[in-house]
Amino acid sequence: MAIANKILLLRNAVRALALFTFFFINAAGLGHAETTLKMVAHADLKNIDPIWTTAYITRNHGYMVYDTLFSLDENLEPQPQMVGDYSVSDDGLTYRFTLRDGLGWHDGTPVTAEDCVASLRRWGARDGMGQKLMDMTASLEALDIKTLVLTLKAPYGLVLESLGKISSNVPFMMPERLAMTDPFEQIPETIGSGPFKFIKDEWIPGVKVVYVKNEDYVPRKEPPSYAAGGKIAKVDRVEWLYIPDAATAMNALIADEIDLFEAPPIDLLPIMVGTPGVIVEELNPLGVQGWLRLNHLYPPFDRPEAREAMLWLTDQEHYLQAVIGNPNYYRTCPAFFGCGTPLESDVGATPLMNQDLDRARALFDAAGYDGTPIVILQSTDIQILNGAALVTAQLLREVGINVELQAMDWSTLTSRRAVTDPPEEGGWNIFLTWWNSADILNPITNIGVSGGCREKAWFGWPCDSEIERLRDAYARATDPETQQKLAEQVQMRAYELVTYVNFGEFRTPVAYRDTLDGLIKSPVYPFLWNIEKR
Amino acid sequence: MLAFIARRLFATVPVMAVVALFVFLLLHLSPGDPATVIAGDYASPADIARIRAQLGLDQPLYIQFTTWVGQLLHGDLGVSIFSNLPVTQLIQQRIEPTLALALFTLTLSILVAVPLGVLAAWKAGSWIDRLVMAFSVLGFSTPVFVLGYGLIYIFSLKLGLFPVQGFTSISDGLWPFIHRLILPSLTLSAIFIALFARITRASVLDILEEDYIRTARAKGLTNRTVLMRHALRNAAVPIVTVIGIGFALLIGGVVVTESVFNIPGLGRLTVDAVLRRDYPVIQGIILVFSATYVLVNLIIDILYVVLDPRIRY
Repeated sequence: MAIANKILLLRNAVRALALFTFFFINAAGLGHAETTLKMVAHADLKNIDPIWTTAYITRNHGYMVYDTLFSLDENLEPQPQMVGDYSVSDDGLTYRFTLRDGLGWHDGTPVTAEDCVASLRRWGARDGMGQKLMDMTASLEALDIKTLVLTLKAPYGLVLESLGKISSNVPFMMPERLAMTDPFEQIPETIGSGPFKFIKDEWIPGVKVVYVKNEDYVPRKEPPSYAAGGKIAKVDRVEWLYIPDAATAMNALIADEIDLFEAPPIDLLPIMVGTPGVIVEELNPLGVQGWLRLNHLYPPFDRPEAREAMLWLTDQEHYLQAVIGNPNYYRTCPAFFGCGTPLESDVGATPLMNQDLDRARALFDAAGYDGTPIVILQSTDIQILNGAALVTAQLLREVGINVELQAMDWSTLTSRRAVTDPPEEGGWNIFLTWWNSADILNPITNIGVSGGCREKAWFGWPCDSEIERLRDAYARATDPETQQKLAEQVQMRAYELVTYVNFGEFRTPVAYRDTLDGLIKSPVYPFLWNIEKR
Repeated sequence: MLAFIARRLFATVPVMAVVALFVFLLLHLSPGDPATVIAGDYASPADIARIRAQLGLDQPLYIQFTTWVGQLLHGDLGVSIFSNLPVTQLIQQRIEPTLALALFTLTLSILVAVPLGVLAAWKAGSWIDRLVMAFSVLGFSTPVFVLGYGLIYIFSLKLGLFPVQGFTSISDGLWPFIHRLILPSLTLSAIFIALFARITRASVLDILEEDYIRTARAKGLTNRTVLMRHALRNAAVPIVTVIGIGFALLIGGVVVTESVFNIPGLGRLTVDAVLRRDYPVIQGIILVFSATYVLVNLIIDILYVVLDPRIRY
């Protein structure tokens, strides 16, 4: 009897447990299941102020949290984003912008025109295009709580392009109290008005960044197009994970532990292409352009003949085969302002696109090259740039040039490239880098065509008043035909000066689980609004 | 003993001072400038100079050093140049994964290696000994990333038994915590099992040739008693030394394993900081590593006395 009672008791206990479990699971199922998008970002988010730094990862963080007055669409035309209506005076000098209804900061306060004025001023103190706009600006002020007015000193063709600048530094809007921070100091907190909120308490540098959906965000009605259009957050929570080892990130994607791998290396793509449940897709329609930057201050590249020799020396296909390998992901491109862009042109590109080593050798002789080793800064921690440096060294050796490859990490290179001393005293002759095509769309944003000498030009310091005059004329031109013509003249002059040597364009796809839908194609990516997770 | 511990702790002060000075000079005299990394591609020389001034990097080295030491004396390791977060917070965030991985690996290694080493010594020259030594050579020779990827491929991707990567805090549950630590610990254990097994074998082998072991056997003691009470205890000093060094290595020197399994430990924090020249973070971590080494050595010295009463300080 006692045994029978115990069995009965046990049965009842099991039934009660089963019943409890059933109700517990069903109760959980009735609630809203939170969707979390887990992405392995291309880098670790080390700082959170997208005006203080130009780092792409911080720019991408900015797009999560902040919003912009204008944004670039897929036709590379600026479209209103936070702005509802705007007007331009007949003389083209006064721009009047009215903010959309319903815009609010993540702390619950409304977005005001004063906030936007302060944000534009801070951006204008750091960004090249912003500085140009501020130079042309007579006044920038808030007319009322929703209206701001920009008055120019003279007609300027890039006002809306500047406000809708798609890549670093993006003119993100911040509350006035944050935007008043010294542009050379980091903002103390992250309060934006964008589609996601940053959860600072869960941010662990080197590990994880967490965002949650901004439930109060009022998106535009238009469909998303590049950075423009409606930014509808369709997941509740986003986690950016930093996984430094690419093979581990790939394995995590295959095992369905993450949803999106932003920057898989090209050599891992064949594995992922054949994996069930994984999609490999190019989101960047424009790509990235590789550059050899020459130091114009010292021999041999202080001589135009030596710089021209570098054009005849280069074979883009050769470089791209070495550093990318798969022709699906690269293309040769003669254009200074990117291929597939409105200002694409091949004027002046004959030497670059027709390799002739004999001619390169003769030009080095004409430049009086005396056998002094050419110092190439080789960043060994970036695979593509390391490979390109080795190709450059090999090509130079083939035409009888002595080469000194100086191996270093990218951080050291960023210091070394700023050194204006002679190469034998810590300076350099050549370094290699790349630029996202979104950063080089026109003669103003493409800092590589600047001829502003030691004071204003980019590292390598080309010095040419003619190219500066053409760039300034481009900035002031207000009709597309004149802009196109001037951009071609800038490119022609840049080829004559050889401000840099373009070694070709390449694209790196993203890889993601097939449970995601709605990824937006854009030269700046990935935008995480509009993405649904099934 | 207490006087000894106090003396040793006091002796760490000049050691830490020398480490602090050395690390500071090494970092600031090596190439690289965080201001250029922060300034980005569009920065003018004036922008870079302004950032350097804002970070205090334009000050003479001795002023920067005294400022840093002043902060240290107040228990402040400074603030990361990049994230603007306190260095102590960054280190605290990484201590749990680091300690968990180190202790898990060490426990696993000791539990496997010491019995294997004793067995190999006891059966010296036999096939068991040769097998243990062969495994040791294999453990030493296999790069951790090869073993790590191999284990991930088999146990995560093919069998689906363990997650590929990541770390879960013990506060989120004991099983999730252990579940994510098993593969990285197994990977790291290979080399430590090899090391500990070889040291144990060599030490026990030496002891087994001592006269008192022969006497113990002559007295008719069982093999187990001879091995455990007489041989292993007397062989423990070199074994404990190696285990201590192993622990110190595990605290900061396992960046490859941390990367392969995406464990957010102190090793990865160090490498990330070095790559960006985040001086306050590098300095802070190295001071923590130095303190750990000093502490581990002190514990080993104390254990010597416990294990061998003949040792006097």
